[in-house]
Amino acid sequence: MTNLAVDLPGLKLKNPIMPASGCFGFGREYSEFYDLSKLGAVIMKAATGSERFGNNTPRVAETASGMLNAIGLQNPGVEKIIETEVPYLANYDIPIIANVAGSTIEEYELVAKTFNQTDQVHALELNISCPNVKEGGIQFGTDPDMAANVTKKVKKVSDLPIYVKLSPNVSDIVAMAKAVEAAGADGLTMINTLSGMQIHLPNKHPLLANKTGGLSGPAIKPVAIRMIYEVKQHVSIPVIGMGGISNAEDVLEFLLAGASAVAVGTANFQNPFICPEIIEELPAVLKKYGFNSVQDAIGKGIVV
Amino acid sequence: MIKKEEMLIKSVKSIALDTIEMVLNNRYISRAAVPGQFLHVDIQGHTLRRPISIADVDKSEETVTILFKIMGSGTKHLSAYQTGMTFSVLGPSGNGFNIDNREAKSVLLIGGGIGVPPLYYLGKRLAEEGREIISVLGFQSAESVFYEQKFQELGESFIVTNDGSYGDKGFVTNVLGKVKDFDCYYSCGPSPMLKAITERLEHKHGYISLEERMGCGVGACFACVIPTDTSGGYKKICKDGPVFSSREVTL
Repeated sequence: MTNLAVDLPGLKLKNPIMPASGCFGFGREYSEFYDLSKLGAVIMKAATGSERFGNNTPRVAETASGMLNAIGLQNPGVEKIIETEVPYLANYDIPIIANVAGSTIEEYELVAKTFNQTDQVHALELNISCPNVKEGGIQFGTDPDMAANVTKKVKKVSDLPIYVKLSPNVSDIVAMAKAVEAAGADGLTMINTLSGMQIHLPNKHPLLANKTGGLSGPAIKPVAIRMIYEVKQHVSIPVIGMGGISNAEDVLEFLLAGASAVAVGTANFQNPFICPEIIEELPAVLKKYGFNSVQDAIGKGIVV
Repeated sequence: MIKKEEMLIKSVKSIALDTIEMVLNNRYISRAAVPGQFLHVDIQGHTLRRPISIADVDKSEETVTILFKIMGSGTKHLSAYQTGMTFSVLGPSGNGFNIDNREAKSVLLIGGGIGVPPLYYLGKRLAEEGREIISVLGFQSAESVFYEQKFQELGESFIVTNDGSYGDKGFVTNVLGKVKDFDCYYSCGPSPMLKAITERLEHKHGYISLEERMGCGVGACFACVIPTDTSGGYKKICKDGPVFSSREVTL
């Protein structure tokens, strides 16, 4: 029997698969396709201090082996999320990770503090890497000192374990990871989307109303693998890996690179059943490559 | 309820310029679909599904007809699919047209380009219930016109082309003056057309069907939202729509 369980700060995962923030809403839509209790965990859509409408449409564009999105952190605000969405997800037997976004340190603190008041959230994902909002936190995600500062401040106001979501739009990902680890982060989630653009030939202008968007999907998987591989050689906190995962082989690749668990994003759009299907396929894939458990495979790909 | 289903292609036909008609077999979808709903179509090698509206349903044959225009790489690829092949859809998706309004004895259908198809199944269902159907259909040019005969079988029809190469010249709004009075309208087409229609027919009861680039197609990703007011209210086109009452959303 292959053991899929993984223990991470604040998160007892029965398997290492969870839907990524922003690709799964607050779970309601996908609960019509399958029992969400099958998941390892769930990461909710980003929460900000108050309600946000987001960007104009078009907000998505397909690219080669991926897509661009510029939703713009649309959400009903942290209080509404705690009131209506968290209790819904709490009906399922899964740890809930809340994605915390903001445009100022004070907003991050406010959102984190508010989530701290409910006992139904198990961990926070600190979103310092949304590329689609001018004030969406990306400024915190590209400067190690600012990233460390916001991590420290949020850590002070919340008892929950904090996973900092790193942006790939930096030249030195290791410096970012080390800075937030030193500031008290309990884990990392990586990678967020890569900043990109598509020009629409018929009107000769950027297709997305926001002009730029975040690139996700299989196209970015090698970038994610490389960054996790590099980061894991320099930090000891666990990594939840993400970026273009669409099957169980991809999951094993992330585990080998050093991720302890993974999040599946864009692939949910093509196949709403992708998460439970990967969970079902994972034992056979682990076995095929000689592993008896998820734990066995973590970091085994790192060549020193 | 949206399900993930396999559709078997019964026929593929080019019926106008870059316009493909596909008849698809699937028991569940043919039984569950109502006018105005769409299928979220998985095209091999493409990350995102494509939303394509349902143009007709034959419950006895268990078939669903879709029409799409070749616009980009996805629809081009789909147009090359052959009879006998299968592909995956999520569907039937979204909320369709409200056809329970018994007061509406006569209805006007206003379609623009690839917005025409969902109005056909709607018109057919309304005609079966004995409503009087009037149709105004706009296309770019003569070679883009399709389903003229089918709409004529439902009732009086007007064709408009932008370049005047067939029917009246101009936009659908140009011929609304010719149309006799009606109780309710249903429209689908490009946003500027819908905006012009909802303004022109402000005093009338109407429903519009919207198109937008979609991500998940089930309401989770917030890609296809439309404002309902100026204070942050919104609807999701894929889940709350694609059909809305004419006064429900801000175009």
